Amino acid sequence: MADQQVDPQTERKAVQRKANRRTLRRLILISIGMFGFGFAMWPLYEIFCDVTGFGGRGVQEVAADDIQHYQDQREITMRFDATVNSGLNWQFEAVDSAKTVQLGKLSVASYTSINISDEPVIGHAVFNVAPPEASLYFVKTECFCFTEQLLLAGEKKDMPVTYYISPDLPDDIESITLSYTFFKNIPATLAYNNAAKKEISNQPNPNNITTNDTRARGE
Amino acid sequence: MTTITHEDHHDHKPQGFLNRWVFSTNHKDIGTLYLVFALLMFFIGGAMAMIIRAELFMPGMQLVQPEFFNQMTTVHALVMVFGAVMPAFVGFANWMIPLMIGAPDMALPRMNNWSFWILPFAFTMLVSTLFMDGGAPAGGWTLYPPLVLQTGDSFIFAMFAIHMLGISSIMGAINVIATILNMRAPGMTLLRMPLFVWTWLITAFLLIAVMPVLAGAVTMLITDRFFLTSFFNAAGGGDPVLFQHIFWFFGHPEVYIMILPAFGIISEIIPTFARKPLFGYTSMVYATVSIAFLSFIVWAHHMFTVGMPLGAEIYFMLATMMISIPTGVKVFNWIATMWRGSMTFETPMLFALGFVVLFTIGGFSGLMLAIVPADFQYHDTYFVVAHFHYVLVTGSVFALMAGTYYWLPKWTGHMYNERLGKWHFWLSVVFVNVLFFPQHYLGLAGMPRRIPDYSPQFADFNMLSSIGGFAFGLTQLMFVYIVWKCARGGETATAQVWEGAKGLEWTVPSPAPFHTFETPPKIDDSVVAHGNHM
Ligand code: HEM
Ligand SMILES: [Cu+2]
Repeated sequence: MADQQVDPQTERKAVQRKANRRTLRRLILISIGMFGFGFAMWPLYEIFCDVTGFGGRGVQEVAADDIQHYQDQREITMRFDATVNSGLNWQFEAVDSAKTVQLGKLSVASYTSINISDEPVIGHAVFNVAPPEASLYFVKTECFCFTEQLLLAGEKKDMPVTYYISPDLPDDIESITLSYTFFKNIPATLAYNNAAKKEISNQPNPNNITTNDTRARGE
Repeated sequence: MTTITHEDHHDHKPQGFLNRWVFSTNHKDIGTLYLVFALLMFFIGGAMAMIIRAELFMPGMQLVQPEFFNQMTTVHALVMVFGAVMPAFVGFANWMIPLMIGAPDMALPRMNNWSFWILPFAFTMLVSTLFMDGGAPAGGWTLYPPLVLQTGDSFIFAMFAIHMLGISSIMGAINVIATILNMRAPGMTLLRMPLFVWTWLITAFLLIAVMPVLAGAVTMLITDRFFLTSFFNAAGGGDPVLFQHIFWFFGHPEVYIMILPAFGIISEIIPTFARKPLFGYTSMVYATVSIAFLSFIVWAHHMFTVGMPLGAEIYFMLATMMISIPTGVKVFNWIATMWRGSMTFETPMLFALGFVVLFTIGGFSGLMLAIVPADFQYHDTYFVVAHFHYVLVTGSVFALMAGTYYWLPKWTGHMYNERLGKWHFWLSVVFVNVLFFPQHYLGLAGMPRRIPDYSPQFADFNMLSSIGGFAFGLTQLMFVYIVWKCARGGETATAQVWEGAKGLEWTVPSPAPFHTFETPPKIDDSVVAHGNHM
């Protein structure tokens, strides 16, 4: 050992080994950071939606007495769309598919639901507005999507939405589509049926289902 | 323990199959493992493609169930992308990067062993999903929820396989970066590195930046399915479109991960057979860097039809079109390299020329797809299928073939059979066009992708495409035969192999000894192919 002179080759390798370790450490850190960035895209997307009104995010909910009143505004076409998720055995329809409304004027959109299954089901509606930026001018005072909806077997229910479109709506928007999709709230339905019947339900266990699009809001 | 000085002068290979291959830390052996594995995957994925084309041979359902058809398209893509193309390029990186920069091995040899040996396990798991209850994933390689969440029992196995592939790729990329940054021989400055090394350095950074993002998306899918989160579940306040953003933030750089090393290989081959230095070396480096940068800001061109705000559509359209500028620089440089060169047309050069022409066609169809109003028509049709097969098969795969013929004599010490090689090229280039060119027309006429049946007006072009497909598939058996024969014997290769070849890898004997550049080579302008001396 003692008589071994420092060979430049050996020294070079030692230096390289150290540099490699350092590179390894840094790159692992970057990888972990980018893994985190993948998750950070979720809050970033939320912000994007809030700012642009994307995903119906701009819609405001206002109490009926707080609304402003406008007069003599232009008219636009409202279209109404209704979808039922495949996991929910309901019929759900818009009463009118389209309607002309005046900006700033309170109107009612009517939907109806029928539970065509043979047991009580709790459903939950999710909405969207197209074009996305129109949602920033959309004001609702009343909506069946604000709460969970219980329908007994065979029950039919009218589901109104009271809303108006702010007159600040950009001039190039001449029609707006309001769309609802009804999902089954599986945990709530289960709880309701268990309590009502006091017997084991044959509903699938929510932890065990194979399709996630039927799952309801996880409170 | 062996000392470092001892390692310097032992040049024998480890004895026994297990020691030589399973515990290997030698960059050449690991490179070989990657390449053989990729070839195997190329044929497994290819067999699935044959099933797809057989079903599409005629309208109507003849051979397979629709569910199985969709499993085939999904697993074919996953196998080809993650099992064939990416590992093949990592194999090239392992074999050639140390030889090209005068390093004795990869920087982290043990990790190198790991990153390879994860792959066979991951793919065994992925392919085994075909035999599970409910079958393999069938919602497409893009894994879009909610469809992918409806996969049967195999869901978690497929997701876990993708996690493992990601880990393997990240480890491979770390190794490439550490090797290139720390292990270059003295005098091998960054701007003297061969272009293949440059393109891999940038590819490795892309991998490190986006593979973890894919891992994040896959993790969110898993928690949505099993732990009641609602990242992508509309009923729970999530949004499936978010998945598409995350996926394509990974996915678009991913397509460049599959093409940049191909650019590198082509940039090595054309100067050799044109007997001229690469035209515009520095601009090639900058073009590669800008393509890599731009690839991060164009992802939503894959999702023009999800309903984005108009401003976003216009931005992503223009940003996407901008990529054709650096890509055009590259094509221009390749052509300028050949301009008035003394060209010869050995098999590697033929494949390289095929690459330049046919990849460019893929670039043009990409440009068409980037036009938002046009994409509303083309999206999810066979036009997209034609586009990405031109860039991936006649692009990436042709470059892999070109690179194999080019360096095979260095790897095996023998020349391959040139006559057969040329046959392989000409049959491939004819049939690949018979296979994919009609798909442009099918797409423009409105035939959707990933559907096992079609209306009768698409029958003729589909039959033509299927015939091309079978013939192209058969032709690839020639490749195996030629490589196998070359590994077993043949005319002895010289160290330089090709008359016009320049670069460090051609200074070592053929076959390249088990250990090379244990003492760093002297680098001067006479040995390097490129460099700022020009
Ligand atoms: C000039 C450069 C390119 C442009 C402008 C371009 C543009 C596009 C566009 C707009 C799409 C989306 C089409 C749609 O789904 O409607 C697309 C799809 C695709 N591109 Fe490209 N592309 C280019 C180069 C490449 C390269 C180099 C590769 C890979 C090597 C590639 C691989 C793909 C793949 C795999 C898809 C389909 C993904 C899927 O939906 O499964 N592209 N391209
Ligand atoms: Cu892309």
